[in-house]
Amino acid sequence: MNIIVCIKQVPDTNEVKIDPVKGTLIREGVPSIINPDDRNALEEALRIKDQFEDVKVTVVSMGPPQAQVALVEAIAMGADEAYLLSDRAVAGSDTLATSTALTATIKYIGDFDIIFCGRQAIDGDTAQVGPQIAEHLGIPQITYVENLKIEGNKVIARRSLEDGYFVIESEMPVLLTAIKELNEPRYPSIKGIYEGFKGDKIKVVSAKDVNADMDNIGLDGSPTNVLRSFTPPVKVKNLEMIEGTPKEKATKLIARLKQENII
Amino acid sequence: MNFNLTKEQEMVRTVMRQFAENEVKPIAAEIDETGRFPVENVKKLARYNMLGIPFPVEYGGAGGDDLAYVIAVEELSKVCATTGVIVSAHTSLACWPIYKYGTEEQKQKYLVPLAKGEKLGAFGLTEPNAGTDAAGQQTTAVFDGDNYILNGTKIFITNGGQADVYIVFAMTDKSKGNKGISAFIVEKDFPGFSIGKIEDKMGIRGSATAELIFRDCVVPKENLLGEEGKGFKIAMSTLDGGRIGIAAQALGIAEGAFEETVKYVKERQQFGRPLAKFQGLQWMIADMATEIEAAKMLVYRAAMNKASGLPYSKEAAMAKLFAANTAMSVTTKCVQLHGGYGYTKDYPVERMMRDAKITEIYEGTSQVQQMVIAANILK
Repeated sequence: MNIIVCIKQVPDTNEVKIDPVKGTLIREGVPSIINPDDRNALEEALRIKDQFEDVKVTVVSMGPPQAQVALVEAIAMGADEAYLLSDRAVAGSDTLATSTALTATIKYIGDFDIIFCGRQAIDGDTAQVGPQIAEHLGIPQITYVENLKIEGNKVIARRSLEDGYFVIESEMPVLLTAIKELNEPRYPSIKGIYEGFKGDKIKVVSAKDVNADMDNIGLDGSPTNVLRSFTPPVKVKNLEMIEGTPKEKATKLIARLKQENII
Repeated sequence: MNFNLTKEQEMVRTVMRQFAENEVKPIAAEIDETGRFPVENVKKLARYNMLGIPFPVEYGGAGGDDLAYVIAVEELSKVCATTGVIVSAHTSLACWPIYKYGTEEQKQKYLVPLAKGEKLGAFGLTEPNAGTDAAGQQTTAVFDGDNYILNGTKIFITNGGQADVYIVFAMTDKSKGNKGISAFIVEKDFPGFSIGKIEDKMGIRGSATAELIFRDCVVPKENLLGEEGKGFKIAMSTLDGGRIGIAAQALGIAEGAFEETVKYVKERQQFGRPLAKFQGLQWMIADMATEIEAAKMLVYRAAMNKASGLPYSKEAAMAKLFAANTAMSVTTKCVQLHGGYGYTKDYPVERMMRDAKITEIYEGTSQVQQMVIAANILK
C-alpha cells in the first residue's frame, strides 16, 4: 500500500506576533514547525505502516528550500521518502494554485492508495488544499477524520462534525484529512534525525520536473487576491451581567438559558 | 572557532525539549515525592533511541555524536534531574566501556540491546570503603578455570536494581593494587548476584541508587571486560566521559531553575512592581545567566574534545567542577528569588536545589575534579 502524506512547514503560531499596523504576521525569528494537523496525518500513515506489511509512506511538501527541515523531521518520524516541490514558479500560490502544483507532484510520485492531509494549516486556516487535491485527482475525499480503520481495500473513517459524526466507508484510492483528535503524533527518533539529514531519502523537484500546469500555479496562476489583512473588531452584543449571590446567579442563569431554549 | 550547533544537534535539542516538556516534566514532582523509578519513561526514551545517542547504528545506537548526547541530558535535566542521570549513567558508564573495551562478541551481546534501550545498564565501582579512593577495592574475583567468582559489596550504584547489565570492578590480584583491578560485565540474573539496600536520598529521588551484593557470584570468563588488571584504567577513562554527562546534568538543572525564576520574577509583584524591576535582583539574574553560559561553554567544549578524539580528561573535570558549582549556586539563588514560595513544593526550584547537590558529589566529588585538573597540569 502506498500512502502519500501532504505536509506544510508553518511558523509556530504559538510564538508568532501580529504587526499591529499592517495586520500581518511577524515571521522573523519565529521557529518553523510541521503544521500540527499534518503531523496527525503523518502519524496515522505511520500507524498503518506499523500495522500492515508492505506499506510505503511518502511525504510531499511545497515550499522554499528551508522546508527540507520539515521533511527531515518526517523521515525521522518514520516516513520512507519525501519530495519537496521547491520552485520560484510556485511562489505566491493561493490554495487553488497550491493544490494544482501538489497534484502534479503526487502524479509524478506515482501510485497511491491513500492521500493524507491535515485538515488545515495554522498559518492560513483555509482547509481547502486537501479537498481540492481530491477534486483534481477525481477521487473520493473524507475530511475531518477522527478515527480510521483499514479493511481490505476499504477505509472506514469517522468524520467529526460540530454536533455529531458520520461513519463513512470508501474504497481506495481516497483522500483523507486528519484532525488532532485522530491520534497523538510520535516524536522524531534521534536515529531518524541523523538518517534524515543524510538527505538521500529527500528529493527536491521543480515545477517542470513534475509537469505542473505552468499557467495555473504561482502568484499569476492564483485567482485569489489579498487586498488587506486586518483583525476584525471584537463584537460584544447582548451581554447581560447576572447579579446576586453565587446561588442566585446560578438559578437566574439556568432560568435564562431555558428561556433561550439553550438547555 | 565555531560555536554553532550542527543541524542534527539543533533538531536533537528541539525534539529532546518537546519530549522533556510533554513526557518528563509532568511526572518530575511525583517521582521526586514518591521515589518511584520512572520505568514507563525509560521505555519511551528507548523508543526514540535516546538511550544510545553517541553509538553507531550497527551497535544499536542512534548514530549521533557526543555533543548531541550532552544536549539530550541537558534538556532532560532542565525539567527532571532524575531522568538526566538515568540516561547519563546508562550511556556513559555502562554502554561506553563496552563500546570502547569490549570484544566484538561482547558488543553484539551487550552493547546492542543496551544502546537500543531494550536493556538498562549500570556501573559498579564504589564500595563502602572505596569511594573517592577507588583503588581501595575489596570486592574480589577469583578465576577457577572457567569462571570468575566475585565476592563483595558495591554501594550507591545508579540504576541499581533496575538495570539488566552491570559493569563491575573487582580485585583479581590484591598484591598489585590499582593494577590488580579487573572489569566484568555482570547480568542481573547471574547466580550469587543480588540487590541490597535502596538509598533514600536528598535529591534525584526517582533514580534508583542501590547496593549490589556478590556472594560467590559466577561470572563466565568471556565476561571479563578488557584485560585482567586493566580495570582501574577502564574505570577512570569511563568516569572521564561520565563526568561530561553529569556536567550536562548540572548545566540542565541550573538552566531549568533559571528559566523558572526568570518567569517568576517577571510575574511576582512587590512594592507595586514586578521583582524583575529591582536592580539588585537584576544583578543576580545577570550573574546567574553568565555563570550558566560559562558552564555551557566548558561542558560543550569537553564533549567536542571527546567527539574529535582529543584528550578530554582535564576538560571533563573542569566542566563538571564548574557546572556542578553553577548548579548549586544558581538553584540556591533561584530559591532565594522565589522567597517563601521557593521553599515549598508548590514551585519546582526546591527540588532542583536538592537535585543540584549530588552533582558536586558523584562521579568524583568537586575535590576529585580539582585533583584530576591539577594532576593534568602538574604532570
